[in-house]
Amino acid sequence: MTGPLNVRNIATVALLAALVLLPVYVQLGGDRFMLTLFTRIIILALAAVSLNLILGFGGMMSFGHAAYLGIGGYAVGMLAHEGVLSGFVQWPVALGASALFALVIGALSLRTRGVYFIMITLAFAQMAYYVISGLARYGGDDGLTIYKRSEFFAPINLSNKVQFYYVCLALLYASIYLVWRLVNSRFGMVIQGSRSNDMRMRAIGFPTYRYKLVCFVIAGTLCGLAGALLANHTDFVSPGIMYWTRSGDLIIMVVLGGMASAVGPLFGAVALLLFEEFLPFVIKLVGTPMFGDAAGRASEYWQIIMGPLLLLVVLFARGGIDGLLSQMHRKVRS
Amino acid sequence: MTLFIEQCLNGLQFGLLLFLLAAGLTLVFGIMDLVNLAHGSLYMIGAYFAATFAAWTGSFMLGAVLALIATLIVGMAVEVIAMRRLYGRDHLDHVLGTFGLILFFDELVRLIWGSEGLSLPLPSWLNTSVQILPGVNYSAYRLAIIAVTVAVAGFLYVLVMRTRIGMLIRAGASNREMVGALGVNIKLLYTLVFGLGAALAGLAGLMQAPILTVQIGMGENILILAFVITVIGGIGSIRGALVAAILVGFLDTLGRAFFPDLLRMLLSKDAASTAAPALSSMLIYLLMAIVLVVKPEGLFSASHK
Repeated sequence: MTGPLNVRNIATVALLAALVLLPVYVQLGGDRFMLTLFTRIIILALAAVSLNLILGFGGMMSFGHAAYLGIGGYAVGMLAHEGVLSGFVQWPVALGASALFALVIGALSLRTRGVYFIMITLAFAQMAYYVISGLARYGGDDGLTIYKRSEFFAPINLSNKVQFYYVCLALLYASIYLVWRLVNSRFGMVIQGSRSNDMRMRAIGFPTYRYKLVCFVIAGTLCGLAGALLANHTDFVSPGIMYWTRSGDLIIMVVLGGMASAVGPLFGAVALLLFEEFLPFVIKLVGTPMFGDAAGRASEYWQIIMGPLLLLVVLFARGGIDGLLSQMHRKVRS
Repeated sequence: MTLFIEQCLNGLQFGLLLFLLAAGLTLVFGIMDLVNLAHGSLYMIGAYFAATFAAWTGSFMLGAVLALIATLIVGMAVEVIAMRRLYGRDHLDHVLGTFGLILFFDELVRLIWGSEGLSLPLPSWLNTSVQILPGVNYSAYRLAIIAVTVAVAGFLYVLVMRTRIGMLIRAGASNREMVGALGVNIKLLYTLVFGLGAALAGLAGLMQAPILTVQIGMGENILILAFVITVIGGIGSIRGALVAAILVGFLDTLGRAFFPDLLRMLLSKDAASTAAPALSSMLIYLLMAIVLVVKPEGLFSASHK
């Protein structure tokens, strides 16, 4: 029994509200860097939310989700490079290109399951990475600087940091709502049913391949949107944003946050990126009194802690943050 | 023509090298049902060990042998400490856990050896070229790689098909509970198999080290190729891995060497030089896509379900 007032729901609402209020805090004299950091977190959370649609609800373990970040980002970057600055052209192209890529990749890789699916999505995403790295006209390995952000009609100006933050936040919340509606619809039931037992779903007459393919394309398109936002955020796009380790990061966000809910990946993204950002400082702060200079040096190698930590999360905290919050609720009640 | 023969040999050499990686990957997957992303890290560690030990001992061969043993030990340690806890879990857990290991190893290597790459110089007796056909010279070292990998492939065949350990490995792949119930120490067997896979990856790494620089992340790109090979060859099949590895090695090497020229004949010079690097890197993935359409389980699927 989960009533409306439990730890999990309160934490969710608190996080959603805090994100809305963050620019106010910054305006009142907070650290301006927080705005940039959280814009990035929100964009990557959008990508993670889209991945969770296929990974968490659909059981499709895509290891190539960062490819859409790159495709969406490069659609914006290439068009800007060619002098097309209107967001009404750039963004639909970004979404369309991501959808098309997802359609082709999905149609091929959904013919297989399990570990094949992981490897194939990974391989195709790397293919996209190499292709983009090979495009000398658009900077190749070095990436592409975007001199002007996407242009929309008069009041919306993406170069304004606060406005851009709210555009990203609105799109993130809309996506979470979309995913939530989707997984609770008939379509979502078929997808979740096929995750539990694909053969049974087919036996009762659902062409699950088509359902899964549509789901795969929706997730890819949403992630392409995140890519377009990310390119606008950094004013730069390079093949690095679609490297396979980025796909790994997205999976970590989803699992860390909890796969069973539409909001989970947002928790995961906030936790992972804040962790990445502040772990070096924490090591320095805690370690310096004890180990002196060695702690300062150790803080440069924070990933050495991150890796095993990840292993521990996998081994002992499978439900992720969302699961943890639900458990807390159960403990409080009993 | 000389160039063509040379490139064919390069393709063969690269393919056989990839086979070493793919064989370890497919062995570990086939028997332990474990997806090991950290396989590329073992390849990297093999190369770092070889460069270090060769510098210490002053002998390339001695360094290589020590590196091989060290990688085997690291592999078995990784199995005992981390991998053992992942068996029987979801593939997603494997992916995440071994991804964590990659982060760990990359950073550990940076901590020990620093961010700059190492180089492993060849001894003079390998750093020459041999006349293989009248008028065609070829690098002695690359020929040596071909010889070593062919020998290893033969050794693997004998090991898996003709020895008692191989029999247990094959039995473990088809039904692990039954093998355990018959009194075989399945834990030890798994540790050995994982160590063998690690040693194969380390061997590939140390042999590649003199050709490329030894650097962090060197295992990642080649890992993806090894994945493509296992997918094409069929997961769990060593024979499939061999065939697919040679196919991929040829296609990748010849594609990079001759595809741009081929494209230049079809397109304008400008368009060809823009598109060639992008398109030639796509070739092996196209091969994978075609295999997937025709045989989704790979060319030589191990499981006939």
